[in-house]
Amino acid sequence: MKYDIQKMRSYFPVLKQEVYGRPLIYFDNAASTQKPVQVLMAQERLQNDYYGNIHRAAHYMADKATGDFETARDEVKNFINAENREEIIFTKGTTESINLVAASFGEQFLTPGSEIIVSEMEHHSNLVPWQINALRKGAKIVKLPISESGELQTGLLPELISSKTKLIAVAHVSNVLGTVNPVAQIIETAHKRDVPVFVDGAQAVPHIQVDVQSLDADFYAFSAHKMYGSNGVGVLYGKRKWLEQMPPYQGGGEMISEVSFEKTTFSEIPYKFEAGTPNITGVIAFSEAIKLLRETGIDNIAAWEQELLRYATEQLKAIDGLRIYGEAPHKSGVISFNIAGIHPFDLGTMLDKAGVAVRTGHHCADPLMNFYNIPGTVRASFALYNTKEEIDNFIKALKKVAQMLA
Amino acid sequence: MTIEEVQQEIIEEFSVYQDWMDKYAYLIELGNELKPLDPKDKNDQHLIKGCQSRVWLVAEKENAVIHFRGESDAVIVKGLVALLLRVVSGRTPKEIMDNDLHFIDDLGLKQHLSPTRANGLLAMVKQIRLYAVAYDRLEKQGGTING
Repeated sequence: MKYDIQKMRSYFPVLKQEVYGRPLIYFDNAASTQKPVQVLMAQERLQNDYYGNIHRAAHYMADKATGDFETARDEVKNFINAENREEIIFTKGTTESINLVAASFGEQFLTPGSEIIVSEMEHHSNLVPWQINALRKGAKIVKLPISESGELQTGLLPELISSKTKLIAVAHVSNVLGTVNPVAQIIETAHKRDVPVFVDGAQAVPHIQVDVQSLDADFYAFSAHKMYGSNGVGVLYGKRKWLEQMPPYQGGGEMISEVSFEKTTFSEIPYKFEAGTPNITGVIAFSEAIKLLRETGIDNIAAWEQELLRYATEQLKAIDGLRIYGEAPHKSGVISFNIAGIHPFDLGTMLDKAGVAVRTGHHCADPLMNFYNIPGTVRASFALYNTKEEIDNFIKALKKVAQMLA
Repeated sequence: MTIEEVQQEIIEEFSVYQDWMDKYAYLIELGNELKPLDPKDKNDQHLIKGCQSRVWLVAEKENAVIHFRGESDAVIVKGLVALLLRVVSGRTPKEIMDNDLHFIDDLGLKQHLSPTRANGLLAMVKQIRLYAVAYDRLEKQGGTING
């Protein structure tokens, strides 16, 4: 494989800067990735040349913007291999995608006593919306537990699923542990019992090949800003059969068919779920981010990031007192760790001063922190533009600051 | 020395460090030197819950002044606590109420005070002020408070 890292980095001029007098090493990609010039230029082009509100007016500007907006829908559809373009709903992020399904699916299908199975490693955004709507409908959340290595105990699933189970919500890739969960297997198990599965794919789509049809996922959500696109754009994929049965999530313009003061009929999907003016600029620029991923090849990106993961893991393990959380055999480029006797906040603060951007804290996954009985971790997460030299410098900095803090 | 003079003194001390790593090395040193709280004082009543690190603050009034003690589970925050205590401990409620704690900003450590960063330090500064206001009121009414 020839992976042209220099060309890749040239798309991201933001990486060529110094922070606190040291070259920036950006390892907080699981929180948000940087945007390439292609995306920035698409944003600017729209704003400068043909901005108009979509789907509404019959004039040149609006028509052109509408065309590009709908092209983005096709790009997304092809990228995750959805069967129909109508199954792609644009939201403002993964969190909104989850809230949409929790509220709308919940409204239609949850009854008192219903159960939703949620894994123990979820980001709060794939737990709290289910809790809120379970509470509203008198339903219950059932925990799918994890093991010490940070893997889902999927073997327990057949026992956890009951006649009351209405849905299973699970992350494709853990934002803390990097574990790639066996979602295809989970979905197969669930479908045998006629239970649909919601997959939070925010940490998966930029890093591994995702095919919603071969997974047979009922719902799949992700965010543009974690895959080199703009913030404020998310996707909800849902099987047509579910989306058509679900009531609208929000009311407003665009989502209606006919409105009188007595009664409103709603648009077809996807528009039924796209009330109001969306993030037109962000969605149109999202096409460019997907194009970059597509043209580079997600398998090439995955191979590059796996090599970074292997290289970093090996060097981190050699550091005295360092523990890595999440040692599943199948991981994406996310490493959470602590060093014995040092608070993760101190490590993160000092690494920042050394020019290394990592995330510290509980990563919005308190149940997982409770499982390991820790206040938080330091998390380094890689993207297609990171290099081994950056990892070398990160390790050097980490050893230095650990010594200062010991 | 007045509160303002102590703040100036701290700013002076830090001014010798040009490199950020050195500034923080000094903070870590101060954190390590901070006298630990009695374990029994590290209770929920004294806990100022932050997002990433925990901070405990104890206030006791003796004669006209308030004595503060504090600690954190993160050493950098402990260093910041040490600086704060140096400025406000042993001061009258009025002195604390009348002075702006600008030194943290001047040292370029303001990121630790942003509400989203939420490491308990902003909450600690607020709590110090609240104690000052509360003791000031009580002084005027002749009561006591259990800090």
